[in-house]
Amino acid sequence: MTFVVKPKIHHPQLPLNELGLTRRDYEGAVSTLCAGCGHDSVSAAIVQACAELSLPPHRFAKISGIGCSSKTPSYFLNKSHGFNSVHGRMPSVATGANLANRDLVCVGVSGDGDSASIGLGQFAHIVRRRINMLYLVDNNGTYGLTKGQFSATNDKGSTSKKGAPNLYEPIDLISMALQIGASFVARSFSGDRGQLVPLIKAGLRHHGMAFIDVISPCVAFNNHEGSTKSYEFIREHGQNVIETDYVASHAEITADYEEGSRENVDMPDGSVLQLYKVDADYDPHDRVGALNYVQRRQQEGEVVTGLLYVDPDATDCHEILGTVQRPLSELEEVDLCPGNDALQSINASLR
Amino acid sequence: MKVTYNDFVIRFANVNGSGSASANGMFAKALFRMGVPTATRNIFPSNIQGLPTWFEVRLNENGYLGRREGVDIMVAMNAETIVEDIASVVPGGYLLYDNTKPLAKTLVREDINEIGIPIAALMLPEFSDPKQRSLFKNITYLGALAGLLNIEFDVITGMVATQYKGKDALIAPNIRALEVGRDYALKYLDGPLPLQVRRSDAVGDRIMIEGNAAAALGSLYGGATVCAWYPITPSTSVAEAFEKYGNQLRVDADTGEKKFAYLQAEDELSAIGVVIGAAWNGARAFTATSGPGLSLMSEFLGLAYFAEIPAVLWDIQRSGPSTGMPTRTQQGDLVSAAYASHGDTRHPLLFPATPKECFEFGADSLDLADRLQTPIIVLSDLELGMNDSLSEPLVWDDARKYDRGKVLDAKALDELDVFGRYLDVDGDGIGYRTLPGTHPEKGAFFTRGTSRDEFARYTESPDAYERNMERLLVKWDTAKKLVPAAEVHATDKRVGVIFYGTTALPMPEAMDRLSEEGITLDTCRIRAFPFGEEIIDFVNNHELVFVVEQNRDAQMRTLLINEGDFDPSKFVAILYFGGLSISADTIQQQISDYYKENKLPRLTEVSS
Repeated sequence: MTFVVKPKIHHPQLPLNELGLTRRDYEGAVSTLCAGCGHDSVSAAIVQACAELSLPPHRFAKISGIGCSSKTPSYFLNKSHGFNSVHGRMPSVATGANLANRDLVCVGVSGDGDSASIGLGQFAHIVRRRINMLYLVDNNGTYGLTKGQFSATNDKGSTSKKGAPNLYEPIDLISMALQIGASFVARSFSGDRGQLVPLIKAGLRHHGMAFIDVISPCVAFNNHEGSTKSYEFIREHGQNVIETDYVASHAEITADYEEGSRENVDMPDGSVLQLYKVDADYDPHDRVGALNYVQRRQQEGEVVTGLLYVDPDATDCHEILGTVQRPLSELEEVDLCPGNDALQSINASLR
Repeated sequence: MKVTYNDFVIRFANVNGSGSASANGMFAKALFRMGVPTATRNIFPSNIQGLPTWFEVRLNENGYLGRREGVDIMVAMNAETIVEDIASVVPGGYLLYDNTKPLAKTLVREDINEIGIPIAALMLPEFSDPKQRSLFKNITYLGALAGLLNIEFDVITGMVATQYKGKDALIAPNIRALEVGRDYALKYLDGPLPLQVRRSDAVGDRIMIEGNAAAALGSLYGGATVCAWYPITPSTSVAEAFEKYGNQLRVDADTGEKKFAYLQAEDELSAIGVVIGAAWNGARAFTATSGPGLSLMSEFLGLAYFAEIPAVLWDIQRSGPSTGMPTRTQQGDLVSAAYASHGDTRHPLLFPATPKECFEFGADSLDLADRLQTPIIVLSDLELGMNDSLSEPLVWDDARKYDRGKVLDAKALDELDVFGRYLDVDGDGIGYRTLPGTHPEKGAFFTRGTSRDEFARYTESPDAYERNMERLLVKWDTAKKLVPAAEVHATDKRVGVIFYGTTALPMPEAMDRLSEEGITLDTCRIRAFPFGEEIIDFVNNHELVFVVEQNRDAQMRTLLINEGDFDPSKFVAILYFGGLSISADTIQQQISDYYKENKLPRLTEVSS
């Protein structure tokens, strides 16, 4: 494998964001994944979302586990540090990274093997802890790097490339996230950039745990007839329950949707999340309702996508722990060391 | 009557959860406050309530604080263990028991002194509440011991007043129970006994503290801001003490916000992951665990070794393997800690022997982790971690600065032409790292556990992989000069003895006793791994070296042979692994036996 450096020449007509940067400033190394891999579309969506939000490209902490999905943080935001850690353990590393420096935007990328099998415990507990981060799962229902074994999100009855059916019940990370306390839960499809980019933008701006399950077909091992995570299957069975648009605080709201189906959600930083309900009965602020809706549709063979739940007033782990506003990583001796006088008082109390 | 002062071992046999810990703790503290060097050992079951538990107190004017075999006074308050408890008393020793029910004839020993006190009967007229009667039994025997051993009564009543401050209603009945016991001892028994306590100044300005609390304080003073952990005996109190002291000493006075993050993780895998994530992102972070946790953390330790991320792990060792004896002490994790994880890995280890050293290593380990950019494992044990031990007072040098190691800030990056995360610029095997978010254009790199070149670029080049692994050995050599040096006392003797951690406690007593037999040894207390020059020299300079440790497989001996490439026959293993702490008697006997069996010359023989 070689390391390919992309040429740094920008097309003169690439639009500049508020920082005077183009989308190219948010890119990473050339992907080594298969041509057509859904994961590359997710990386591209992250690049677009970060560029459009005008976030400083070096102020991210990118964390991943192990697997195809977990390679992707080197394919976006190469001005930020990334950490390709241990299989299934991205959540703990991300927790530490976020505890150390709350000012960096924490993006965790994981896969279905990484988060639903070996890392299911860590997934559940980081959601409980409400780490302020964007947690993306590139969900393809298969183990790509080890050549096509079923993963735990693979639907029962879905077949492998060779035709063997999956015999076990699937784990639905969306339902789990809803149940355990994620304050932003969405599902999308790597092939639907129009839906995915606004969701990522909203997730990045969300204060608290933002979880997005992205169905991302594996062209090598899980894109055949009989697979329920193929491009074709998702295009046929995907059901967008709520369309999302993310509007920065000062931008004019221009989208034109039928009155009554539109809802503006004010985000803590002053920006606005615009929701357009496709199903008028759906309430994205009702955690239990969302859970029921997702499961019922799933029973009917539909894959519900869009923003499924959001709590704009959510708290994060730092608020739960009551930590200082300054990043812990920036505290120095004067902040941290109580000094010898205090120690002598402790000695005295131990006599 | 010949009276022996300030030199005995007393053991309390109780039922777990019966409230005895508080009374026993006060007993030990009273002796300490009378200025007598005191060592405590809590021998407890993995149980909340109902199983047998023992509390042993040794006082010794010479300051021998290690365990000594034989019980001089047994306070037998547990019917279930009374047979073995009576058997453990030395001939001429004392058995204190509740004779409300008389002792079975089969249990009577002619060679020890029985002291029967009708504790249950004494409680009846004093306390109407059955629960109180049961709880105050402990306080009553404490009062009786004050009378029998001549402990200053004011010292004990003073402690009762402090302990129940704010719950004043409890003070009077506690003091009453103490008086009932003491009065009975003075009125009906031949108190005080020939074993007595008297005020001394041998404690000096020393303090009584658990090693785990000292470790937490050291971590706090050393600037740890993230503590992630999972409950496991005997390490839990490290994390809990960190939180306690953090809440006292690390809270912003204006906002009430905490300058530390304290996180109980879902398991040990997560705890070490949080530590590594935090350290990667620039915070000083540590975890505390025991053997089973160390096993679970091994994969992450390999990643941190290879990716070169600082981390501090306190392993408060207990008896293994598996769950082993979770509430008993051992030095059984040396090999698994030294080489934790897959592939070629080696981790620096620190071996604290006293609470003061726990404090110092708490801070030093954070400096070392940052300097060496690698996990540092501190191997304490239950004996040191969970027992109140006499310790020199803790001291912090206010001029001390944290050593954050080689970290490039934005200015340094601006001045740099080429940045390679894994370039060995200084020849010490340690590259320069950058923290996330430092610079808009320079210094970002991708951390990975897979092979990469000097510029952190992914590669599977065999040469690049080997270059990197060789550089890590250069770093290992650098570590030898940075870790705490061994304490060596050598005067050209032909035989030496190596020990470490809590094995140091009974060592002075064992050495003194051996010296009386004409066996004198040079000593080397190892304080860290990898081994510095002074340790290699010590082994080379002696014909024979005893290695004293608390595990079955002579793990330090293994490390010495493996790392020093020494002839194994040079080392004689002196081992104890029964779960109590190693005693002076064990060390003396095994070394003495070796001398006998191998007809080694003794001082007296040489000179005659």
